[in-house]
Formats: sequence, C-alpha cells, structure tokens
Amino acid sequence: MNFKILSVLLVAALLAACGGSQESRVVQGNRDGVLHFGNGAEPQGLDPHIVTGVPEHHILQALFEGLVLKNPNTLEVEPAVASSWEVSEDGRTYVFNLREDARWSNGDPITAEDFRWSWERALNPALGSLYNYMFFPIVNAEAFATGQITDFSQVGVSVLDEYTLQVNLTDPTPYFLQLLDHYSMFPVHRATLETFGDPSNRLTRWAREGNMVSNGPFELAEWVVNSHIRVNKSEIYWDKDAIRLNAIVFYPTENIVTEERMFRDGQLHRTQEVPLDKIPGYLRDEPHLIRVDPWLGTYFYMVNTTRPPFNDVRVRKALAMSIDRDLLVSTVMEGIVEPAYALVPPATLGYNPPQLFEYDPEQAKVLLAEAGYPNGSGFPAFDILYNTQESHRKVAEALQQMWNRSLNIGARLLNQEWQVYLDSQSSMNYQVSRRGWIGDYVDPHSFLGMYISNGGNNNTGFTSERYDQIVMQEAPAATTREERYELFYEAESILMEQMPIIPIYTYSTKHLVHPSLKGVPSNIMDYYNYKYVYLEADE
Amino acid sequence: MWRFIGFRALQAIPVILVVITVTFFLVRAAPGGPFASEKAVSEQVRAALEAQYNLDQPMLQQYFTYLSDLMRGDLGPTFRYPGRDVSEMIMQGLPVTAELGLYALLVAVVIGILAGVFASLKPNTLQDYIPMSFSMVGICMPSFLLGPLLVLVFSIWLGWLPVSGWGNTPGDKILPSLTLGAMYAAYISRLSRSGMLEVLSQDYLRTARAKGLPEHVVIMKHALRGGLLPVISYLGPAFAGLLSGSFVVETIFQIPGLGRFYVQAAFNRDYTMILGTTVFLATLIVTFNLLSDILAAWLNPRLRYQFRK
Repeated sequence: MNFKILSVLLVAALLAACGGSQESRVVQGNRDGVLHFGNGAEPQGLDPHIVTGVPEHHILQALFEGLVLKNPNTLEVEPAVASSWEVSEDGRTYVFNLREDARWSNGDPITAEDFRWSWERALNPALGSLYNYMFFPIVNAEAFATGQITDFSQVGVSVLDEYTLQVNLTDPTPYFLQLLDHYSMFPVHRATLETFGDPSNRLTRWAREGNMVSNGPFELAEWVVNSHIRVNKSEIYWDKDAIRLNAIVFYPTENIVTEERMFRDGQLHRTQEVPLDKIPGYLRDEPHLIRVDPWLGTYFYMVNTTRPPFNDVRVRKALAMSIDRDLLVSTVMEGIVEPAYALVPPATLGYNPPQLFEYDPEQAKVLLAEAGYPNGSGFPAFDILYNTQESHRKVAEALQQMWNRSLNIGARLLNQEWQVYLDSQSSMNYQVSRRGWIGDYVDPHSFLGMYISNGGNNNTGFTSERYDQIVMQEAPAATTREERYELFYEAESILMEQMPIIPIYTYSTKHLVHPSLKGVPSNIMDYYNYKYVYLEADE
Repeated sequence: MWRFIGFRALQAIPVILVVITVTFFLVRAAPGGPFASEKAVSEQVRAALEAQYNLDQPMLQQYFTYLSDLMRGDLGPTFRYPGRDVSEMIMQGLPVTAELGLYALLVAVVIGILAGVFASLKPNTLQDYIPMSFSMVGICMPSFLLGPLLVLVFSIWLGWLPVSGWGNTPGDKILPSLTLGAMYAAYISRLSRSGMLEVLSQDYLRTARAKGLPEHVVIMKHALRGGLLPVISYLGPAFAGLLSGSFVVETIFQIPGLGRFYVQAAFNRDYTMILGTTVFLATLIVTFNLLSDILAAWLNPRLRYQFRK
C-alpha cells in the first residue's frame, strides 16, 4: 500500500509540475491590470438598497457611484456624479449640480430624477432597507420610511431641473456629504428594476450578472457564487481615464487561514483579514507585506444595568478600572490595537473623546467595597457573554483573570453561537457581554446615537435625559463644529460617568497587501476609492 | 427483486416527511432569525421583511405552504441572498460537490481496497500491520488537520500544487480529493481486509486452490467477489456522506460547493436554504442507501433469494 500511495503522490507531483511552472495570479494581474481582492465573504447580493456589510461595500463601490466620492487620504468629499454643490447659509439646503456626461452602463444619462426615484425606492417601507436611517437627516425621510406619510413629494428631495437636485435637511448636519457615498444612497436604474418586477420587491433579479445596469467605474462581468465576482472597467464611465485597473476580481475568503495561504501563494493582492497568530511573524519578518491601521470601531463590554449587582455604578466602574488594557493589548492582542477609555475612537475627524478613568486596581477595590463587596466577598458569580470565536474567548479569559486578581470576584465564560448571542443581547438576557461597533460615518454621532434611552442598539438599560437631549436635539442644531464637539464631549462624559459600557480597545484593520498594489492609503474608514488604485510591479 | 425495490422506495417517503417536519420546526425554534443583525432592526423594517417572505403568516400555514410548494418542486427563495432561489443555489453547488465527492470516492476505493486486500493476504505480519496502522491514523485524522498538512507540504514547501481553488489552476483538484477521500480510504481498507479474511477461510476457496488454480486467480476471481461485499454496501452511504460531509474540505480549499452553502445557511438562519438542502441531502442519502442495497442484493444470491420467496 505504501507503494501505491507513493504512485498516487507521484502522479500528483507530475500534474503539479505542469502547474508549478505557471506564474502566479498576482504576477499575471500586475501585467494585465487585474486586481485580485480577498473580500472576506460572499456578498448577500448587489442591490445597494438591500445589502449591508463590508464585502458588499467593496464591490458596490466599484459598480456604482453616488453624488460624491471621498478622497482616501483625507476622507474629505470629492465630486462624483455631482460636479459641484452649494450649501445654504443655515446649512439646511443642498443644491447638487449633476454632470451631464455621467452615464448608466447602458448609455442612458444620469439625471436628478434618477436620484429622486432611487431614494424614494430606498425609503419605501415595503422594501425594508436596513440602512434607511442614513436618509433620516433629510426632511420627512423618517416619516416616509415609517409609513407616517405616503406622499414622497413631502420629503425634502426635489428635482429643480434635469441635472439639478435639491435636498432639504431638518438640521444642519455637518456629516451629510459624508453619507452621500454610502451605498444605501447610490442611484439605481429605474427602467432595469421595473423590467424585473416590482422595485420594492427584494427578490427580483435585476442585480444579477447580465441584468444589472450600473453607473460606476466598473461593470459586473461574472459572478460565481462562493467562488469569485469579476468586474471589468467601464468604457462609458465619465471619468474612465482616471481608472487604471482593467478589472477587479473579488474572492469570498471567509476562512482567514486559507486567505493567508492564498496570499502567500500569490493568488491575492490583498486580504481582508490576517489571522491573529500570524501577525507577529509578519511584523517581524515581512513588515512590508502587512498593514495594521486604526479603524473607526470600538471593542467594548456592555453591562446590563438593570440587574444587581451591576445596577450599582460603583460596581461597573470597579470592573472598568481593574482592566489592565495595556497588558491586554500587548499580550492577547499582539500589540496591534490601542487601548480605549471611551466609546468614540480617538481622532474621529478632529473629535477626541474624554478619558474619565484609568487603570487603578486600588481605587477599583475601594469602589467595590463601597458597593458592599469588600474584597469581593458576597459578590455573585456572573457570566461574560461572547459570540463563539477564538479571539473573543482570549479577551474574556484575560478579563476573567484580571477581575479575579484585582477584585477577587469570579466571572464565568459563556459563549454562544452568533444568532443566539444576538438574541441574548437584544432581549437583555445577559450580565456582561462583549460587543463591537464600527461607525457608519466619520462623526461621533455614529457611536453616541446608540445610547439614547430605549434606542434599538442600547440594550444596557442606560437612560439619561440630558444625554438624549444633547444627542437628539442640541448637537444636531449646533452651528459650528467646535460647539457640536463640545456637546458630544459632554454627552460622552455622561455616558462614561454612568459606565453602562466598558471600553476595551479601538479596533484596527489588518490586511496583507502585495507591494505591487498602490494607491490604497490608510484611513480610519478602511475606505477604497478605485480611482486612486493601481498596480505596479517593482522590478 | 421489484417488490424489494418498491418496498424500500415506499419506506423512504415517511422518512423524508419526518425530516422535513422536524427541520422546519427546529430551525424556527432556534434563537435568532434570518433578519437578526448586530445593528438593531426597526419594527417597520422587520415587518416589511417578514411580509416579503410570508413569515407573518401562522406557522402551520407556512408549513403547509412549504409542503405544497415542495410538491411542485419549488424550494422557495433564499433569505440570505435576495434574488436567488434555493434550487438555483443547490444546482450551482451540487456539480462541484459531486465532482469532489466522486474523486474522493475514487481515491477511497483505489487506496482502500488495495491496502485492505494486500493486508489480508498475510494477516498478522508486517504486511498487515503497516497498512492497517496507516488506516487507523487515517480514521483518526480529521480533515481539518489533514488538509492544512497536505497544503503545507505540497503547496507551501514543495510548491507543487495550488493552496486553494477548484478548476481555476491545473492541479487544484488533487489535494481536496485526497483530503476528503483519506478517511473513507481508511474505512474501506479495514472493511475489505476483514471481508477478505472471512472469505479466504471459506471452503470454496480451499477447493479452488485444491483444483490447482494459480493464487492470483483464486484471489482476483473467487475471493474478491465475496470479500468486497461489505465494501459495496458501504459505498452508497459513503458517497452520500462525501456529498453531505464535504463542508470542511470546501472551506479549507475555498471550493464553491454545496457543503459551504449548507453550513452558512445554518449560521445565517436562512430557513428555506436549510430546509431545501436538508431535504435534498436526505433524499440523496435515502436513494444511495437504496441503490447500494440493490447492488448488494444483486451480488449476493442469498439476499436475492429471500425476496424471491
């Protein structure tokens, strides 16, 4: 049998020999201008008003284009379908001038009416768009999305002429332009959608290969589920000369270990993730291949403030103060993230969050004693809930130890499968739970909006009238950025004073990037603008 | 014979009905749902989504609607991938998984039978111990370990074979087939060894040898036919197992097969996709069991005779 196995392997080796001499996909791609993009997961679909998620975002960004784009270096907006715009004195009225040479992939011109119709569709309650809240700064958008009004002409979107679109906002929303290149606000092609059925039906096939009409720098060429999606450069895109890639191939790489192997094998130009245990090796031996950058997201624990003993703010503070974040970050997290002491990540477009506490196990002990548990005696055992994943388990174990050592209290680890975990959180059936949040747009509101009383994402029992007032009324009405940030600072101070959440670290993005991939600067949104991307092999 | 086949086919119907019913209610009883997300979903949006998939109807009505759709061969739309039907997804993944399964079965049968027969010829000698120890290792070695090991050796160190893919680069089908087939090869080698040992001690073989037939004729013509019966009856379930159990290998090698859809569907609570795949695989397993029963009956005169009566 050994002989037989050997012969099978020999055949394998022979077959491989012909494969082995071939050049890798990356080398081929560099020559042909084809970017091989490890994309994390199979996209749910490519209808910009239905899908949610990062893999979908990467592809839609290539296929569609909104009114504006962002500069990947600064994250400031740049003209896209809108060649220019005017903002009124009070910051509530935007007039967008659309470029007349912008075209759908079938040659139709892109008009202001295309945007009006697309936005009406995105807000149609029957469609059930999960991202409809991106439109809510617009007058009456929320009322339309929730069915309180049914006449879209009451919503603050109006067509002034074929190439001029006016948008009226309820409050001056400084980040409104930032929202416009989110895929939920992309235009879709009315005639195409109507060909394939009712546009408010999620189940039609308009966004499939061969059916889709889009308006971005690339067109959908091939889609093999769970294998790859290929988009080819559009020859009709208004700024096609700025596009230097001929095609992008997106691979669903949900197994990050395989993804790393594919990268090493020259199959990918970039990966969506890097396995945690491979990071130190890359940083040490091949630092030119790995990119670790701060991300607009926070990893934290939330505490159910409705249950004893966690209904006592002193207990929550004791927990927060007895976590040695520097130690956690340097050991468990391999030094690739930054410790966090507040909810909003630092340097969110100039906003810096308050730091109201630090690592102080002695003070933590005092607080716990004041709450009635001197040296942890009488403190009930409690569960740390997290969704089943190796890295979350490691963090939970570290905190379990730190709390035991500093406060002499016993935490148990409780892991649940993703869906069960979500259910436990939303029904508040937990004591302490791991949670992560990635901002939708670069503004503190994207984080602080979560903790308004009874907000859908609150799930901690935290309520504060003053906090609600700032986040929902005062900050939106603020006229200058300084005033606005001061208000947010106050709100976040209230939040951290009450501590329904225990910040742990600021997320970072981790990618392996082949040296030939250029024009992908680091930014906290992990944002790609394909106009800037090109491939250039170093000789 | 026909009575036997008809009888077994009739038995299959209640089995599949039970599978459908249990799966239908179990997935709906599981916490979470197809629309659960880390970001809260507003009431209106949830209601709109449920209406699009008829989840707003009473559970029993949903059940009977599903059954009647199924009768017409309609497995419904997927929840996870709007605009795609379950049957479309299955038909996309099945050819890939079937091809992988077939190659793996080939690996299993060739290696397994050769090793088993070889071992049985000189029982309790090194010729027996060495292949059987390998097969023990093969049975114990999970594919999530074997796969990466093979990749490490043949792709990363030697650079002979691609690390992943299916039909994209030449040779990328070899490692997945080996990985998936290895465990089955190990089983088959043990089955064929014990089958052969039993047969080799039978009178008719002694007769064959006494007639002066050369040893290779005795083994190839007389012993194999009886000795491989257990292997034949194992092939049906093995192939069904290969089809339904290829998830790990598909994930390791980034293969767009049915197994990945199936497991992802369970994590996503994609009700229709879970049901559709389960029903499909259940039917497949029942069919393959039936086929291997028929094959075994055809090869084994005693069984055939039983049903002739």
